[in-house]
Amino acid sequence: MKPAPFEYYAPATMDEALALLAEHGYEAKALAGGQSLIPMMNFRLVQPSVLVDLNNIGGLAHITPGADGSLRIGALTRHNQVETSAVAEQYAPLIHFAMQKIAYPAVRTRGTFGGSLAHADPSAELPALCTALNGRFRLVSGRGERWVSADEFFISLFTTALEPDELLAEAEIPAMPPRSGWSLMETARRPHDFALMGVAAVVALDEQGRCADARIVFLSAGEKPMSAQKAAEALRGQSPSAEAIRAAAESAAANEIDPADDIHGTAKFRRHLANVLCRRALEQAFQRAAGKK
Amino acid sequence: MDRKYIGKRVVRNEDPRLLTGQAQFVDDVQFPGMLHAAFLRSEYAHARVLKVDVSKAREYPGVVAVFTAEDMGRDWFPGPPLVSPPPTVKDVIFHSRRQVPLVKDKVRHAGEAVAVVIAESRYIAEDAAEQIEVEYEPLEVVLDLEKALAADSPRVHDDLESNLAAQLFQKKGDYEAARKEAEVVIKRRIVIERGAAAAMENRGIVAQWDAKGRHLTVWDTTQAPIPIRNGLAARLGLSESQVRVIAPFIGGGFGPKIMMFYPEEMLIPWVAMKLNRPVKWIEDRRENFYATTQERGQVHDVEIALDRDGRILGIKDDFIHDTGAYDPYGLTIPINTQCHVMGGYDIKNFSSEFRVAFTNRIIATPVRGAGRPQGIFVIERMLDLAARELGMDAAEIRRRNLIQPHAFPYQHEIVDQAFAPLVLDSGNYPAVLDKALEMIGYEKFVKEEQPRLRKEGKYVGIAVAPFIETTGIGPYEGARVTVETSGRVNVATGIGTQGQGHFTSFAQVVAEQIGIKVSDVRVTTGDTSEFHWGTGTFASRGAVVAGNAVHAASSIVRGKILKLASKVLGAPEAELELEDGQVRIADIPQKSVSLGELAALANPLRGAVEPGTEPGLESTAYFGPQYGATAFGTHAMIVETDPETMMVKIRRYVVAEDCGTVLNPLILEGQIHGGVSMGLGNSYYEKLHYDENGQLLNASFADYLLVSSTEMPRIEVGHLETPSPLNELGTKGVGEAGAIPVPALFAQAVQNALHDRDFEILEMPLSPNGLFELLNKETE
Repeated sequence: MKPAPFEYYAPATMDEALALLAEHGYEAKALAGGQSLIPMMNFRLVQPSVLVDLNNIGGLAHITPGADGSLRIGALTRHNQVETSAVAEQYAPLIHFAMQKIAYPAVRTRGTFGGSLAHADPSAELPALCTALNGRFRLVSGRGERWVSADEFFISLFTTALEPDELLAEAEIPAMPPRSGWSLMETARRPHDFALMGVAAVVALDEQGRCADARIVFLSAGEKPMSAQKAAEALRGQSPSAEAIRAAAESAAANEIDPADDIHGTAKFRRHLANVLCRRALEQAFQRAAGKK
Repeated sequence: MDRKYIGKRVVRNEDPRLLTGQAQFVDDVQFPGMLHAAFLRSEYAHARVLKVDVSKAREYPGVVAVFTAEDMGRDWFPGPPLVSPPPTVKDVIFHSRRQVPLVKDKVRHAGEAVAVVIAESRYIAEDAAEQIEVEYEPLEVVLDLEKALAADSPRVHDDLESNLAAQLFQKKGDYEAARKEAEVVIKRRIVIERGAAAAMENRGIVAQWDAKGRHLTVWDTTQAPIPIRNGLAARLGLSESQVRVIAPFIGGGFGPKIMMFYPEEMLIPWVAMKLNRPVKWIEDRRENFYATTQERGQVHDVEIALDRDGRILGIKDDFIHDTGAYDPYGLTIPINTQCHVMGGYDIKNFSSEFRVAFTNRIIATPVRGAGRPQGIFVIERMLDLAARELGMDAAEIRRRNLIQPHAFPYQHEIVDQAFAPLVLDSGNYPAVLDKALEMIGYEKFVKEEQPRLRKEGKYVGIAVAPFIETTGIGPYEGARVTVETSGRVNVATGIGTQGQGHFTSFAQVVAEQIGIKVSDVRVTTGDTSEFHWGTGTFASRGAVVAGNAVHAASSIVRGKILKLASKVLGAPEAELELEDGQVRIADIPQKSVSLGELAALANPLRGAVEPGTEPGLESTAYFGPQYGATAFGTHAMIVETDPETMMVKIRRYVVAEDCGTVLNPLILEGQIHGGVSMGLGNSYYEKLHYDENGQLLNASFADYLLVSSTEMPRIEVGHLETPSPLNELGTKGVGEAGAIPVPALFAQAVQNALHDRDFEILEMPLSPNGLFELLNKETE
């Protein structure tokens, strides 16, 4: 379990890093916290010939609130910085809550926000949460920069909209509207494992207590964060009754995810969990939106 | 007996070194010019090896040598039989097929070593190993245990008529007659799958050949350094005194580290001699999954016959045991299983035949529990089914069948792993059961709390599982105890230590006899230059067999101390007392002599001694028991299940344990905690998933789910002490106890929690997915 030979660069500036990525293209991998990349290299599952270590570049770790209630999180912000941040708790409570579900403390001390997004593991929390929260990401390269929404960023398994010469610099999580509620429900073999199934629900109520908006995004449910748009659409305008919630959960689990069989669970069991967890998540999110919890 | 040191919660002598990183492990051994080994391992589970081309690897910069089976010439031969001959039971079948240093003709399990690369660094060795080209002819794999024994199965060993490795029938009484008398007869198939031992430290070997001194030193993570030394000397054409094997601090053994010899164990010292350079190989975690022995795979067809009062009239249990590609460890595991099916119950009629199958899986050798958890799972599951059928309480049906205190020694009338009759030496089994029930508040829970929780819609269940553990078997161990002129005591024994606390518990045994501080006793284990008679650490026997050898040697040294002190102090021995490193006259404590002074007097530099005098205050003694001492315990637990997500949470976990005289409760409880964690793994988390090609699908800790701190319940331990009459200390082993009843307990608890569901847990390990499938069976 030793990695194959590779060249190692530790640039001090973003420009140098981007130049290296532009030079080496698909041969290069950017190293942030290394909590996924290094084990994969040790297993020789990936064998990049060039490693560009971003850890010496300043300014990439920050948690910055915006005047509009949004929150920007720098790519190299460690999970435990978000976990212990009062600003994150205030501006992005769902993200803040989810931190304790990401692996275990040692991983959270080193692993980074941007690294998890760029890695795009469909079983990870952050891609699903950023999708559920309508987040967007700032991608930079020697050619300039662009903003890409989470919906468009995650393409498939470990595949994103990032070009080989691009880096994810920061994420922006918009503010939730008034009368909003959220929930993250997961079932994992052990608390620090990738979830067998997980679902994030973000809802908002109108002044009459009807569902104004809903976002339901599953993790460990397909090749990328699986957004149950039809089930969410069906809730809009409805009173969030137990019946409506049950129907939404059943429909989402049956029609809008694509879980696979693996040694930890069959697709059938995962669909069953998706139904149960989606129901529980919607219940909790609507209760929060109604100020009950 | 009033004891000053034995039985006390003494903190461990070894912990300051371990906790501050000052303890030496195999990977800490460094030499200038040391080379590193990496193995090329087969990707196929069953394949003929047509061609191995190592030419590119040999040319790779930094590579010193590459060896295949062909390159070993006449030094290529299989490992020695480890446990043989098979027991002297009538009609036993046993075909011995042993592992080889490197694959020659055909690969028999995925991960079997095909070639070894020796290079200036491990990185280079791994890079070069990727350059080796092997031409395989894949063969149909043998995995399913029943199919493996079918006449038309492909064969793991071509020279055998079938995959039958062994077959053994044992009986007591007359099961068929008992069955005719029975009111209730229940028959089931029970399937238990493999898990890994997953010690924190993987295996490792460093070998250093001193060509001028003609001396080989090997650091090895083995549990049995002396047999390794003797075997290496024989393999390499050296005398035993030319080989020193050191088993230094080791991060857990759990059984697989006593597999002798592993291919790497045969090869690395051979390579070091061949190249005349120190060579190191440290197993990585992936190799540990593919190349270190595993256990537990069995399929049982069991039948239990009872009367209407729930008394067991007889049991018939026929099963197949998976030994993997080879069977170097003989019949230890399946015999243990056979012996533990009867457990601590008074069973008059028993019939059991097991067959051992060769398969294309990694070799099976004992893993903490060593066949015992399977036996206990079988009997306890059957008792649960019987209790349900009879409408009887789970604790009650067990109480009615336990062996009573007056019945010891109790004859089970079959032979055990040591090929001795299985005799349970002593105990008070009902008292241990009652202690566990009392600790967990069984009656109150069943009568009051559970009905209330069920009304609240909570699925909370309780379980209780008694078990025996046969421990402390022979043949023997020895120890040398020496009082040094510093006043400190040096102890050496031949067994190895992998975390059991021998450096403290043996010191306590010495301190009890000699009257010195536990921290002033230095214990060496596992270094053949310090002590070279003995077998090793296995079968929960360290504290029993080596412990009693230490006790015997200490007693003799005590006698020598008293004799000499009597002369020096001019007082009869009976008036002397040993305390705080001094010998005093009991009534005149100011008249004393220190142990250090006595040690100096016992080893004079000038002058005459009495003829026949042995120098020093030293003794070497041995202990070998007539047969193994059997411990008893009962675990109880309360679990909460979520019938929607299939998640199980342990609310309480209670252990009542009687392993005879307790040497150190701290160490004993540590053993139990560790055992329970492995048992929980075997119950719900740790399963080795082999695919249809014999590939391990979860050969990493990302997918092989060890029980971690987040899954571990707080464990409440209660002790009872029924000293074993088989040794002077009265000890029984406890090293494996914690793991043994857990799967049985877990299954019972989950069934009890989901009381209104119609399902039966007849497999281990369970998983959320497995539970989901069991609960949804009828709707499919």
